[in-house]
Amino acid sequence: MRANTWAGRNKVEVRDVPDPKILNNRDAIVRITSTAICGSDLHLVDGYVPTMQDGDILGHEFMGEVIEVGSGVSADKLRVGDRVVVPFPIACGACAACAAELYSCCENTNPNAGISEKMFGHPTAGIFGYSHLTGGFAGGQAQYARVPFADVGPLKIESDLTDEQVLFLSDILPTGYMGAEMCDIQPSDVVAVWGAGPVGQFAMDSARVLGAAKVMAIDKEPYRLQMAERAGHIPVNFDEVDVRSTLLELTGGRGPDKCIDAVGMEATHGSAHIAAYDRVKQAVRSETERPHALRQAIMSCRSGGVVSVIGVYGGLMDKFPTGAWMNRSLTLRTGQCHVQRYMKPLLQRIERGEIDPTRIITHTLPLDQAEHGFDIFKNKQDNCEKIVLKP
Amino acid sequence: MTQLATRESEAQQDEVQRRGRGLGWMSLGLGVAQLAAPDTVRRISGVDDSATSRTVVPLVGARELVHAAGLLTSRRKNVWAWTRVAGDAMDLTALAMAIAHRDGHRRRRLLAVTGAIAGITALDLLTAVRATQTSKTGSAPTARSARREREGGSMDLTATTTIRRPASEVYAFWRDLENLPTFMAHLEQVRTTGDRTSHWSAAAPFGSSVEWDAEITDETPGEKIAWRSTGDAKVPNAGTVRFLPAPDGVSTEVHVVLVYDIPGGAVGKAVAKYFGEEPHQQLDDDLRRLKQVLETGEVVRSDGAPWGKRARKEFPQRPAQPLSDAELEKGADA
Repeated sequence: MRANTWAGRNKVEVRDVPDPKILNNRDAIVRITSTAICGSDLHLVDGYVPTMQDGDILGHEFMGEVIEVGSGVSADKLRVGDRVVVPFPIACGACAACAAELYSCCENTNPNAGISEKMFGHPTAGIFGYSHLTGGFAGGQAQYARVPFADVGPLKIESDLTDEQVLFLSDILPTGYMGAEMCDIQPSDVVAVWGAGPVGQFAMDSARVLGAAKVMAIDKEPYRLQMAERAGHIPVNFDEVDVRSTLLELTGGRGPDKCIDAVGMEATHGSAHIAAYDRVKQAVRSETERPHALRQAIMSCRSGGVVSVIGVYGGLMDKFPTGAWMNRSLTLRTGQCHVQRYMKPLLQRIERGEIDPTRIITHTLPLDQAEHGFDIFKNKQDNCEKIVLKP
Repeated sequence: MTQLATRESEAQQDEVQRRGRGLGWMSLGLGVAQLAAPDTVRRISGVDDSATSRTVVPLVGARELVHAAGLLTSRRKNVWAWTRVAGDAMDLTALAMAIAHRDGHRRRRLLAVTGAIAGITALDLLTAVRATQTSKTGSAPTARSARREREGGSMDLTATTTIRRPASEVYAFWRDLENLPTFMAHLEQVRTTGDRTSHWSAAAPFGSSVEWDAEITDETPGEKIAWRSTGDAKVPNAGTVRFLPAPDGVSTEVHVVLVYDIPGGAVGKAVAKYFGEEPHQQLDDDLRRLKQVLETGEVVRSDGAPWGKRARKEFPQRPAQPLSDAELEKGADA
């Protein structure tokens, strides 16, 4: 089959690889009909996530048709022919973390848990196409994928919704939604979202769905801010204005009640010397993060507010504003999304028309053009917001 | 080794290190004197009449500096103490030759120097013997694992995990010892030979394997199993596993202690190498797989680590892409 693979830093390559087979008896094989490039794939391609290997198949947002199931998958859970969206964290459904619906912290699905434990203190779940630190599972930017614990994760789509309407249930829609949900949004809340990429857009939509009074989008790409504005959110361009004073002005001096970091480890910064400082530290690997967005979110949030982190961080950062966090009673909430928890309720919201996930799609490309897709997505060319790949 | 014995050998080790350093400083002093003021040394020793001594004394001084460097910088005091003993033997031989050719005040001086050297030789010999004994029975704290590899000793491993199954079930799975190889990386097979006896085989380095008999020495259903190897096992070992109810009322805490009595020599070396620098990690991974088997039914496989319990040995792993038919056919032994 054809698959998009990691080929070293800043290089992806669509290659011919063997077709997947059942390895565990609760596996299924899915013929992929739609898959996507995620912002977090860029962290892998940019070389900021360790344990990538030449030939690793990328991609953790995919859906398709079940063509084979293992002997351990009961027919009432999943059958050949089912149309499914596959959540990016692989979860066993049986451990204490899964029982607590903390699927991305599943205790059983990462064969390389020992390594992840060394980096993070405790192991985390296996993830499709997301380094060997998260298990070394082949990803979904391919024609077929092996899906472990197929009787736990995949969501069956039984209505006639299009791929484009449901594909993002695999990651970015639940991720954005969890970012907003962790904010415990009240009707009077002003919510500020750092990053108007795909996850940020969905965090904004979710904040509104959950009842926020006002939602602000912070970014520097005019086309991304315009996209947020068209969806009814207030744009703040950090290349043009000072974020803190703008946020204060927009909130009568209070600061946003809830702040969402949908940027993560590769933030850019309006101030050239601060950007350069973290850029250098990250380049020489003396910190893994460039955390301007998180720092600014903490400094901007009103006292007693919530800072919700859904942008991806990988290791260690410098100059975390502990003073602001502690002295102003801020609550910091975070997590890789527990996708399985949100898939069904969000599918219902899509069916009811409350959220339109298709609004962020700017490009649809054949899988063989994945390399070009990564290029325009990374460099924000051609107004690229979200790319759907068709195998 | 008991903790008490370990502490005693550590005290001995400290003593050896201290004496070794003392001898090192003495060597440094003698070496500097012989190099800086060879004529004074020759006069005191009564060999100032010999042209040969003009060459020999600085050479002996240089040799002393080598002893000093070794004794002051290396932790292996036993080796360096023996080089001093060898040097003493050379010195005493040279002195005996010198005495044979002299009489009068020079002979008296030579005899006095010989007496002093003989005393130092005794001290060197004592230190060397003690250092050698200590390095065999104990180990310096900083070099403990390396010592164990060379000389053998006992290795205690502990690990624990929590499994979301009732204690009775986890106990029953473990008590059927034939299940152990499904999650313990180094075990190839366990065969039950009687109610409490069993025959074990484990993978050893370089494709060989070791086998031994074991017996259950103590057990309380649902709570505890203890076993040990019997007969002349190459690597005598014992283990205890306890099953405790976790505070959540659903799960079971599994606490494992394994003790390996690692022999010296080639076998011990191979065993130490097999367990690697982090033997605890291997047992942790074993318990992770036990948890996978009991909670999910199988050891979880990925494309990067497709052979279950061999995952750790496979690093760096094969890429995260599906296995070819050839790879699948070869299986775990590829």
